[in-house]
Amino acid sequence: MKAMEYRGPYKVRVTEKDIPRIEHPNDAIIRVTMAAICGSDLHLYHGLMPDTRVGSTFGHEFIGIVEEVGSSVQNLHPGQRVMVPFNIYCGSCFFCARGLYSNCHNVNPNATAVGGIYGYSHTCGGYDGGQSEFVRVPFADVGPGVIPDDISDEDALLMTDALSTGYFGAQLADIEEGDTVVVFGAGPVGLFAARSAWFMGAGRVIVVDHLDYRLQRARDFALAETVHFGEVDDVVLRLKRLTGGLGADRVIEAVGAEADGSLLQHIAGVKLKLQGGSPVALNWAIDVARKGGTVSVLGAYGPVQSAVKFGDAMNKGLTLRMNQAPVKRQWPRLMEHIRAGHFRPSELLTHRFPLEHIAEGYHVFSSKLDDIIKPVIIPAAA
Amino acid sequence: MPYTADAPVTPPTRDELRARVPGWGADLDPADRPAFPRERRDLDSGAHWVLPEQQPELAPRERSLEHERLTPVFGTAQPVKGASGLLKKLAYARFSEGKAAHWLLLVASDRVDAIESHLASFGSLRPDQPVTQTGVRGELTHHGWRSRVGRGRVDVKHTWIDPILVAGPWVLAGALAVAATRKAVSR
Repeated sequence: MKAMEYRGPYKVRVTEKDIPRIEHPNDAIIRVTMAAICGSDLHLYHGLMPDTRVGSTFGHEFIGIVEEVGSSVQNLHPGQRVMVPFNIYCGSCFFCARGLYSNCHNVNPNATAVGGIYGYSHTCGGYDGGQSEFVRVPFADVGPGVIPDDISDEDALLMTDALSTGYFGAQLADIEEGDTVVVFGAGPVGLFAARSAWFMGAGRVIVVDHLDYRLQRARDFALAETVHFGEVDDVVLRLKRLTGGLGADRVIEAVGAEADGSLLQHIAGVKLKLQGGSPVALNWAIDVARKGGTVSVLGAYGPVQSAVKFGDAMNKGLTLRMNQAPVKRQWPRLMEHIRAGHFRPSELLTHRFPLEHIAEGYHVFSSKLDDIIKPVIIPAAA
Repeated sequence: MPYTADAPVTPPTRDELRARVPGWGADLDPADRPAFPRERRDLDSGAHWVLPEQQPELAPRERSLEHERLTPVFGTAQPVKGASGLLKKLAYARFSEGKAAHWLLLVASDRVDAIESHLASFGSLRPDQPVTQTGVRGELTHHGWRSRVGRGRVDVKHTWIDPILVAGPWVLAGALAVAATRKAVSR
């Protein structure tokens, strides 16, 4: 089969790999019909996640058709159209039994600090991902869900991570009616978080980024006010002014390890990899939140230390909430929002690349060319 | 602005927000928020086992010191190999996740892995080559110049570093190879 293959930082290609096989009785093999490149894939692409091995196939956002199931699989059958959460989880361990599906203890031998994720390095379990024609899906009775007939492939694809994560992040922020919510990052996750903040009753939503076309989406899609941090001397001060000097009630950090805004932090964290990423957006979030406020962290960082302004967070009495999204818990309510016509998530899918052109797709997405928001990968066999 | 007990900015009314934002307030009640409460014991995950069956360990599988046993399911995508594999095995066998050495060894092993893999590719029918693998063609097909210039992008301040990071080691390795060849020939 054809699959994306990581060849070292900034380099990927398409290669021939063996079709994955059933390795556990509750495995399924899925023929991928559509995958996406996630902003967090760029952390792998840039070599920021430890134990990302050459030869890896990335891709934790994908949908497809069930090709084969293992002997103990009861809930899936070949031929079904399924969406697969980016979390790999057993459904039965201490954490899964409490609904913490993204923190499963039974699927990742390489680390206890993170659960299992498709195509996200050996630090996340050593599974190949869905930017390929076929993928192995462990615990097929737990993770994948059959896509309802009235949900489009595109919306289903976004529910496997970006949409669910953004929606989850708005919930983590503990928004109360009338709250002012600041969202750092106008990528897909940030835009979905901003849009979701209104569902929770926000009175005001302000999105911060430095890409003009993404800020336009923040206004059009997320119906938010915007701040271009490249056009102000001091983004924290600007946001304090916009919030009456007190700061925002709730702040959502949807940027993660590759934040811009401080050349020094960016070079240290991203180019030289001396930190677990550049914590600029996280520090801004801490600065911008009002005392007693909440910071919801969706941005992904590496496990190495980062220079975070923890003292300010303590002195301001902030509540910091964060996690990888337990994706499947979000689906029923998200489908209700889509069916009610509250929004159309697929509006954010801007580019399609055939799998054969995935190197170009990564470059365009990484470099933010052509006003790209969210790229879709189409395998040849789809 | 005086700091009083009132919120400094008055939000729009419910009616105004509902008129402007489809679905505004639909999840006002925390009971409608699927992530609330964060930990719940009443969810049906679909699991029909107490402990999952163990996936066979067909080849020795490295694991974190913090796991007392190999997890029931694990990825088998890229087994460790070469000098990078030795570093990775050392990181997993010697240092827990709480030690910086664990992660720094893994980061270092990734760089070694890239070098080893590039060298190995030169002995294959499909050697690595950075031009197509970086997808730099996208600069031409997707408006590289127009996307960056005059748009107020902050990242243009460090974009120039990327080609050096990517091409630099190749140029350096090539120069060293040429120098070594010349030296050998001149003998």
